[in-house]
Amino acid sequence: MANEHKDGFHRRIIEAKGGAMAVLTVIAISIGGLVEIVPMFSAKLGPEHLAGVTPLTPLEVAGRDIYIREGCVTCHSQMIRPTRSEMLRYGEWTRAGEYEYDHPFLLGSRRIGPDLQRVGGKYPDAWHYQHMRDPRSTSPGSIMPTYPWLYGARVDPDEVAATVRTLRKVGVPYSDEVIAGIPQQLRAEGGEIVTSLKAGGFTAEPDEEIIALISYLQRLGKDGTAAIKAGATKASLP
Amino acid sequence: MATASGPASPTAYDDAIVRLFFIATVTWALVGMLVGVFIALELAWWPANLGIAQLTFGRLRPLHTNAVVFAFCGNICFTGIYYSMQRLLKTRMWSDTLSRLHFWGWQLIIVSAALTLPFGLTQTHEYAELIWPIDWAITLVWVIFAINFFGTIAIRKVDHLYVAIWFYMSFVITIAVLHIVNNIQIPATLTRSYPVFGGLTDALVQWWYGHNAVAFFLTTPFLGLMYYFLPRAVEKPVYSYRLSIIHFWSLVFLYIWAGPHHLLYSAVPEWAQTLGMVFSIMLIAPSWGGMINGLLTLRGAWDRVRTDPILKFMVVAVSFYGMATFEGPLLSIRAVNGLGHFTNWIIGHVHSGALGWNGMLSFAILYWLFPRLFGRPLLKPEWVTTHFWIATTGIVLYTVSMWAGGLTEGLFWRAIDPTSGQLRYPVWAYVVEKLAPFYWMRLAGGTLFLSGVVLMAVNFIISARAARAMTPATGDALPARA
Repeated sequence: MANEHKDGFHRRIIEAKGGAMAVLTVIAISIGGLVEIVPMFSAKLGPEHLAGVTPLTPLEVAGRDIYIREGCVTCHSQMIRPTRSEMLRYGEWTRAGEYEYDHPFLLGSRRIGPDLQRVGGKYPDAWHYQHMRDPRSTSPGSIMPTYPWLYGARVDPDEVAATVRTLRKVGVPYSDEVIAGIPQQLRAEGGEIVTSLKAGGFTAEPDEEIIALISYLQRLGKDGTAAIKAGATKASLP
Repeated sequence: MATASGPASPTAYDDAIVRLFFIATVTWALVGMLVGVFIALELAWWPANLGIAQLTFGRLRPLHTNAVVFAFCGNICFTGIYYSMQRLLKTRMWSDTLSRLHFWGWQLIIVSAALTLPFGLTQTHEYAELIWPIDWAITLVWVIFAINFFGTIAIRKVDHLYVAIWFYMSFVITIAVLHIVNNIQIPATLTRSYPVFGGLTDALVQWWYGHNAVAFFLTTPFLGLMYYFLPRAVEKPVYSYRLSIIHFWSLVFLYIWAGPHHLLYSAVPEWAQTLGMVFSIMLIAPSWGGMINGLLTLRGAWDRVRTDPILKFMVVAVSFYGMATFEGPLLSIRAVNGLGHFTNWIIGHVHSGALGWNGMLSFAILYWLFPRLFGRPLLKPEWVTTHFWIATTGIVLYTVSMWAGGLTEGLFWRAIDPTSGQLRYPVWAYVVEKLAPFYWMRLAGGTLFLSGVVLMAVNFIISARAARAMTPATGDALPARA
């Protein structure tokens, strides 16, 4: 073993010196990360911007926090790959710019359930309301758990404001007006969904968590789909 | 081995800290794998959460991964490092106080993970879910560990640093870098924070972290453990010193580049995806360098694999390391990834690494250490062989079901009817129903693997309680007994 190689270069110069080993290790592990991550901040080499993609509204932000809390991302991806079968199933493949305001990103790594990138507008609000309470009522054969605790639990406007203010700090362009008007905005947005649910025969309050989650799900993919239709990005793959 | 000579008395080593980490390893193995079996049940039978929010799959899956990676695998690494580094460097750890702060700090972090993740407190980044106050605690505890680690190297009584120490060092350094960069977050409240990186930049940083957490938490420290404990168990020197140098440097250099293979076919820039794929394929060479060095260390001792269950565990562990590090590059090829990504195949892949490589090597080390740490032989040595066969059967059921289930999903999702040009299986639930038998088979495999750990824990407990009259442990002086 070691002692049989007394006079090797490595033994004298590197592996006998803890400091040298540590420094060389730092260098060896830094190169790959720097080469791959630093260019992501360049406009030319990094992800493309997509005109027309705007930040989430306050109620959608509240819904996204619920999506994160419940670990929806452990079973649902938000990433449509540019292949024929994916586009037939889910729609246009996901463009980089669609994720621009995603802090954190929610691409997911496992599809126990289907992709949700373009689920926004695919079903009426009432479908989601019923689906989250009893997934098998809308999707026979589903193995998704029920989420009864989202019904009745309330969204706290102060928590939403804390999130929006922090998102602004990390670069999402929220104006002072948006932040000042969060409580009113939450009620207004929630009210719209409550009205549409009433048409479907369901009674709900505008500040229930399920309402916020529905508003987030109904927003998913909408900006991107519109931008792609408007020709703001590369054409669809064959 | 270098430890075979030298003046240091074994009693000068701090084995009390090794015993603490040993007990923590066994405890968290039981907890982490029990959670794993439970969430496997949830996929086979959805009502298993009993309507309780804290028990849903979405909240418990991160608890399972964190418990197995950071609690079970973390503690076995610390067990092995604290045991072997004192002997390789012929010195007690630099500071007993720092050793204890490290131990209790780490266990406290694990407990806090168990008290936050089920309540939906998460950052969502895979393997970096823990909320920001816990992230700060991890940083602090890691710095304590690093100071003690480098302090011990500084006061060593041998000139040379054995290969195991290099691997430990890459673990200490790289995990610090990964953890800090991937957790640059701005707190919104005490329990919520948002990352400064957004969108695909955040995704790329996360998978640079995520992939290298596998590399530098589940691979390099375990290779270090292999380089110490395999030669000790075989009682032969490691096969090639030169090979260990080459594969160490190429492994730590290449691994870092492989992260983007988690984002193939995403909108991450093409050049980054291609770099990730190419470097992943190159990783076969250094990975198999480690496997070959491990297996060839057994040259001339293969007959003992038949009779010594510790060597059985080690041979299977190193073989699974070789298989998982072949499958990983295979899955990193774009076309293969297009089929395997998002499916159970990936779950099978990580478990062939986690159960086969990390699990089996950990069990070998625990069985080898027990008589040396606790000063008494195992009461039921024949149970070790039983454990080996239960665990191996469990892994086979697990990986085969997930491979078959993953291919099923991948192929059904992409099947197109040639006459209509439309999806052949447009109804999602149709494919979900096809997976049910595979989920039950996986549950059986996971349950078997967990049963093996229970058997091991019972063996340790009854052995420790019996023969109390025996002299306390003094380390290396005691005979090996499996």
